[in-house]
Amino acid sequence: MAIERVSAILFLLAAIAAPMLLSGFFIFQVTMLLVYAIAIMGLNLLTGFNGQFSLGHSAFYAIGAYAAAILMDKFGIGYLWTLPLAGLICFAVGFLFGFPALRLEGTYLALATFGLAVATPQILKLTPLEHWTGGVQGVFVAKPNAAMGLPLTADQWLYYLTLSVFILLYILARNLIGSRTGRALLAIRENPIAAQSMGINVSLYKTLTFGVSAAYTGVAGALGAIVIQFVAPDSFGFMLSVTFLVGLVVGGIAWLPGALIGAAFILFVPNFAEEISKGLSGAAYGVIMILLMYVMPSGAGGIVQSALRAVRAR
Amino acid sequence: MELLLQQILSGLATGAIYACMALAVVMIYQSIGHLNFAQGEMATFSTFVAWQLITWGFPYWAAFALTVALSFAGGVLIERVVFRPLKDAPALSHIVVFIGLLAIFNNASGFVWDFTIKTFPSPFGQGPMFGAFLNMHQAGMIACTLGMLVLLYLFFSRTRLGLSLRAAAANPESARLVGVRVGWMIALGWGLASAIGAVAGMLIAPGVFLEPNMMLGVLLYGFAGAVVGGLTSPIGAVAGGLIVGVMENLAGTYVPVVGSELKLTIALSLIILILIFKPSGLFGKTLAKRV
Amino acid sequence: MTALLSVHGLTASYGEGQVLAGLDFEVQRGGVTVLLGANGAGKTTTLRAICGMVRREGSIIFDGKPIQNLSTEGVVRLGVAHVPDGRGTFTQLTVDENLQLGAITRRGRKEIEHDIERCFGYFPVLKERRSQQAGTLSGGEQQMLAVARALMLRPKLMLLDEPSFGLAPMIVKQIFDIFRTLNASTSMSMLIVEQNAALALELADHAYLLETGRVVFAGRPDDIRNDPALRRSYLGY
Repeated sequence: MAIERVSAILFLLAAIAAPMLLSGFFIFQVTMLLVYAIAIMGLNLLTGFNGQFSLGHSAFYAIGAYAAAILMDKFGIGYLWTLPLAGLICFAVGFLFGFPALRLEGTYLALATFGLAVATPQILKLTPLEHWTGGVQGVFVAKPNAAMGLPLTADQWLYYLTLSVFILLYILARNLIGSRTGRALLAIRENPIAAQSMGINVSLYKTLTFGVSAAYTGVAGALGAIVIQFVAPDSFGFMLSVTFLVGLVVGGIAWLPGALIGAAFILFVPNFAEEISKGLSGAAYGVIMILLMYVMPSGAGGIVQSALRAVRAR
Repeated sequence: MELLLQQILSGLATGAIYACMALAVVMIYQSIGHLNFAQGEMATFSTFVAWQLITWGFPYWAAFALTVALSFAGGVLIERVVFRPLKDAPALSHIVVFIGLLAIFNNASGFVWDFTIKTFPSPFGQGPMFGAFLNMHQAGMIACTLGMLVLLYLFFSRTRLGLSLRAAAANPESARLVGVRVGWMIALGWGLASAIGAVAGMLIAPGVFLEPNMMLGVLLYGFAGAVVGGLTSPIGAVAGGLIVGVMENLAGTYVPVVGSELKLTIALSLIILILIFKPSGLFGKTLAKRV
Repeated sequence: MTALLSVHGLTASYGEGQVLAGLDFEVQRGGVTVLLGANGAGKTTTLRAICGMVRREGSIIFDGKPIQNLSTEGVVRLGVAHVPDGRGTFTQLTVDENLQLGAITRRGRKEIEHDIERCFGYFPVLKERRSQQAGTLSGGEQQMLAVARALMLRPKLMLLDEPSFGLAPMIVKQIFDIFRTLNASTSMSMLIVEQNAALALELADHAYLLETGRVVFAGRPDDIRNDPALRRSYLGY
């Protein structure tokens, strides 16, 4: 426990100090890291803690991003309000999608969510919706300035905003997992039939988890739209889902802090691979991914957890 | 009516592409219980190898045979070198490795053979057939897919090696207890999947041009076809691939306003609908689960 | 008689928990050895350790060769057939295919066909069901299939994990009668783990009692029958 508390405090101090030490572009990158971490946390709730596989989280991210962009662009709603709204919309979509998903397992669920991921950019490009979505062009979003006259640059302000949202959602997720509900989710992951026979409403929990997971990812999408100031359909394709999945596994399945490590991986390692070799950067990225799985087959979470166990056993 | 028939026939022609890939997907699923995301890029790489051999002056069928053999060996090698050490790792880690392989093969194809599109010859020619609904190549492709299906069927149902492969896939622990070398069966499955993928790539390339991202879309449809068919049945995979091709084409033609823009989406929705009513695919075996 | 299988200092563990704490026992050539003990004593683990299905240490000599480092497939290929708990049938494959798989390490199509017929002689019901999926058989039929599949290896040693488990008394008697016939007519040895001690002791020439991963008694079946304390604990009279 003590170790966890100390590392949480250290993380907080580092996170609060970061903008003072970093230049503009790095602040932007670290902000994106937090955005991805929120999305990965959402995926973790569904896949890691509830055992439902998803290749469709790019869709929820896209819906969150477009919801925020359209609400600001067409309805003039303040950017802060778009975050909970995007979360609510994605919760509803995720919850509804959870119903057909109930009938499907493993690879079949993967295909259904994959369909969602592939369909979303196409739907966003649809001609009849162009008035709202801007078609292939996408939607531009104005960059918000620091609120309440705080002496911060716009980048710094967005960073602190994202950090606050991340911490809030992290605490919510942590409490959720530690609660009765969290134990029910784990029971469903381990043995749905046994969980059912213990009186857990498996269908309700699974669909709700889908909703909550989608809401997390949707909030991340909304934040991403505000940070990048632009949404376009083709940046939310299937490969984004795969990227989240890589982040989830690298960070560690069913280990919440892993979201930060996974997000750092998917954000920085491709750039690092580019520096190894321009022409073979993709291959370098692939090799790094595979080597990482040799070194830590259960992701960073697996290593940290077994280290913690070893420390406690002494 | 004329239009419907034409749309169905040309749907079958694209469906044959998906069916080919779906066969490879089923092959790998049978031996490892996963969908291999790198399969499309591996097939593309194999096709580039064939292209290179042909460019060096090999006759078509010699290049074809050599490519299939090399791809088989390559598939076995990937299992032995990359996946063997990870056999106890969690399933999701394997998926990351698939994605890693995808990046490697995609990049390698582009690095060695660059990203410009290349034409790939067809052994069947491109002349028209069946009153211009199908060309010779498409007909040849359908015939090849069906031929491959028959060969696979015979292999699995008539040979002892095929039986061992099925046993290793169905119940690895019991397979070991009768002396089946399960590790090698998995490697063999990789080899076969890789070889079938190579055939698929060489059949697909004449119709779509060869370039490193050639298979990306095709693999997605191949997955869909395999899942619709039930993932465990080669016949189902071929049928599933054809169904996906036809549905996609019909959606593009008959669904008003959004049909042509959303044909993939509509096809996928129909597939999901099928799965909801038939959760193990159209041809998949429903297994009784022990509680 | 000489030992076909001799085990010394066998330990095995699942994860961090050790289940076997140094076992010593033997199976004689042509003999039947039975392992008795309460649930959790390590009987099933002993069989799994012999076949390399759990991590094990110690010495296992089979037919003069050390096998403690061999893979499961390697042990099986030396002639050890294991009928595991849960029977290990390939439920999706047909009865015929299950039997073919039993002989997958052997050569000679004719001999294999002949052996299949021999198995159908022991278990006629399997012949009626030969093209059915094994998963559709009843529990008793599946146990027969599991035994028949093991016989298809022409094993020197058969490991049987609770062959009577969950079966009707009639079927149990039928299966044990076949074990007796097999043991008498071929030189096949058996190592049986059984809860039904009375039945197993009738067949056995050696018996070992296991408690929490250790051998606490070794002897002949009569030694158990004649010891009042052991008789009460294990035979219940």
